Amino acid sequence: MSSTTATRPAPTRRPRRLDSSLIVGIALIAVIVIGAILVASVGRNFFSAGNIRDILTGMSVLGFVAIGQTLVILCASLDLSVPYVVSLSSLIAADLMAGNPANIPVAVLAVIVVAAAIGLVNGLIVTKLKVNGFIATLGTGLIIKGYLDSNYKGTSGEVPWEFQLLGATGVGPVPVSTILMLVVAILGAFFLARTRTGNHMFAVGGNEQVARLSGIRTARPIIVAHVLCSVTAAFAGLLLASRLGVGSPTVGTQGGYDLLSIAAVVLGGTLLMGGRGSIWGTIGGVAIFAVVDNVMSVMQVNPFLKDVVRGVVIVAAVAVYTSRRLDRRRPRFGPGSAASEPPSANPPTAAEAGPAAASENPDRSEAKA
Amino acid sequence: MSTSTAHQPSTLDRLANLGRTLISPRGAVFLLLIVLLVMIAILNPSFAEPGQFIRFIQRVAPIAIVAIGQYFVIVGGEFDLSMGSVVTAQVVIAGNLIGQDDAMIVPVTIFMFVFGALVGLVNGLIVSFLRVPSFIVTLGMMLALLGGVLYWTGGAATGNPADAFREIGRGGIRDLPVIDILPWSVVVLAVVLALAVWFARRPFGRTIIALGDNATTVRYAGARNWWVKTSTFIISSLSATVAGILLVGYAGVHPSVGRGYEFTAITAVVLGGVVLGGGRGWVVAAAAGAFALEALFTLLNFAGVPSTYRDAVQGLIIILAVAYAATTVRARRRGRALETPAAASPTGTIPPEAAPVDQTSPAPPVAKEPDPNPVSARPAPIPSTQRADNETKGGS
Repeated sequence: MSSTTATRPAPTRRPRRLDSSLIVGIALIAVIVIGAILVASVGRNFFSAGNIRDILTGMSVLGFVAIGQTLVILCASLDLSVPYVVSLSSLIAADLMAGNPANIPVAVLAVIVVAAAIGLVNGLIVTKLKVNGFIATLGTGLIIKGYLDSNYKGTSGEVPWEFQLLGATGVGPVPVSTILMLVVAILGAFFLARTRTGNHMFAVGGNEQVARLSGIRTARPIIVAHVLCSVTAAFAGLLLASRLGVGSPTVGTQGGYDLLSIAAVVLGGTLLMGGRGSIWGTIGGVAIFAVVDNVMSVMQVNPFLKDVVRGVVIVAAVAVYTSRRLDRRRPRFGPGSAASEPPSANPPTAAEAGPAAASENPDRSEAKA
Repeated sequence: MSTSTAHQPSTLDRLANLGRTLISPRGAVFLLLIVLLVMIAILNPSFAEPGQFIRFIQRVAPIAIVAIGQYFVIVGGEFDLSMGSVVTAQVVIAGNLIGQDDAMIVPVTIFMFVFGALVGLVNGLIVSFLRVPSFIVTLGMMLALLGGVLYWTGGAATGNPADAFREIGRGGIRDLPVIDILPWSVVVLAVVLALAVWFARRPFGRTIIALGDNATTVRYAGARNWWVKTSTFIISSLSATVAGILLVGYAGVHPSVGRGYEFTAITAVVLGGVVLGGGRGWVVAAAAGAFALEALFTLLNFAGVPSTYRDAVQGLIIILAVAYAATTVRARRRGRALETPAAASPTGTIPPEAAPVDQTSPAPPVAKEPDPNPVSARPAPIPSTQRADNETKGGS
């Protein structure tokens, strides 16, 4: 409360815009400081090159998935099919490469095409059949899962050494995979900020009716978001294939990328209702996850307790953001409407009640007369 | 049913209305269920025998109970992803705390219900007061509960509760004339369903539906939103507890019992025509959704489809079911003039159980106003119809 009132008198709009990413940054720094102290307490150095490499490596796969998930959530949809797309991509890549470096371009291309097709199907189901994104992607995810379970009994294919280097090498302490992830993040941020479709995503996610009435073809941004989300999930699958050296039908579900990526996106300050958020916030959210995981690994926390800590961190962190964000949202909808209901719901009913009340009164006065 | 006789519509009318209801998204799940059951019976005639059929109901009972709990959360406009973990936690608690000691059954059962209510209370309070989307809260609760239970048991849940306790999920009233055995699960399911129907028709239950439809209106109407919302989470956690008690007997103690129940329950509820985002749906249809889902799996089994394709078929079915409901709603909105007489005539013949659904649907105001004045009839449905297209998530 007090902090919002402090930022409000700021003369320019820019500080306010940076707000949500800024909080994520502050939270990330806080997590790093606490983590560094905890790690130091067991006699290890948090900022050693090896540890930083571990954290950045841990970021890359979830980062890819979360970038795509950000786009989808900005459009007020969801993508629960990502873990299966990740698994499928790793399998297709490993099978097509079959240990031969010459096949790498073909395999990568095939993976991207398949993923884009899945995303297209998701997008079309959401926009044309009007199926809620949650159900649509849950359904397509199950269909892919059925395909995977039926056709693959275990790991399959072989990834050539040249492609495995992608997941293994690094520039100083920074792994190549993380650099690629950050490049994709830059592209995503550019896409959102500078292209027409990117801008339309915010509009459609904020309020689809208003966007449509403003002349936006609302289907297109949603479809594009789903396609891009599946493609980034495919990147994650390629990366996992290069790390494992084989394709695996369970690699996506084991990572829990569907729910964790959504949690990372929300942790990064993107509204689950759509219309507000940023790629950089998501990267911050992914980084928070990676740091928390890393600290727990270094401190050798029981793996089951890790889940408990993760759950608490997710809820606590999001609680910190939401209390602030709703404060900032409120003025748009008039005083007192804390709930994020469709704002257009009130005026028509009021307008309806108005004439009705007006027409009732003369009747009564006539009757009295 | 009794109201329909008061109106004395012709049998043909009533059949036509019944057919219309079955085709409409609200009734489609019953049609689907009947079709599936008939197909199973054709493939495997012994399935239609009362004894076999009651076994089928016994198998569905836990899922149906979880779906009933999830119904209240979803119709109130939220999600509960923690139900599967609650089931697991309760199963493990029962396994570890009861052991072979019959004297522990009652206190531990009470503890389990208190624990379930507490989980729901925490979920609800965080959603209501910290304004965290329910998707995230219950996701965190899911991770934390599952992790906590596994940490407590060291990853491999052991323990075998007393047979008297397992009897609830396994046994039943024996030596009955037609069905041979009436499993306790079926009795519990019937009681839970009856309670749920009763509760949904109470003012409080209707407030939950109204809350899912338009929270602002409900607040202006004087309801305590936080308590209504929190109570839905308590209901869902309690129903997961009941399902857990049944599963202890039926499936035994294992940390994988209950895994994936949250998505199965959401699938069942959505299959029952309940709109994600809240405000529409009937609790019996949600339970029927669970039955339809399990019937589908049974059918695939009998048809010799490999179990690995189960998921694929399930995915396809839920997409088709929701797409059907969504496109029908859209078509209805376009052709409102065509729909009005149809909506006006059956208001008297709708079974009383359907009343809570109609409470929020745009039909009653249109029906009361035979004058087809589009200016005054138009604005009223907007608050609820808009959600059906627009609303994608229950978070807020």
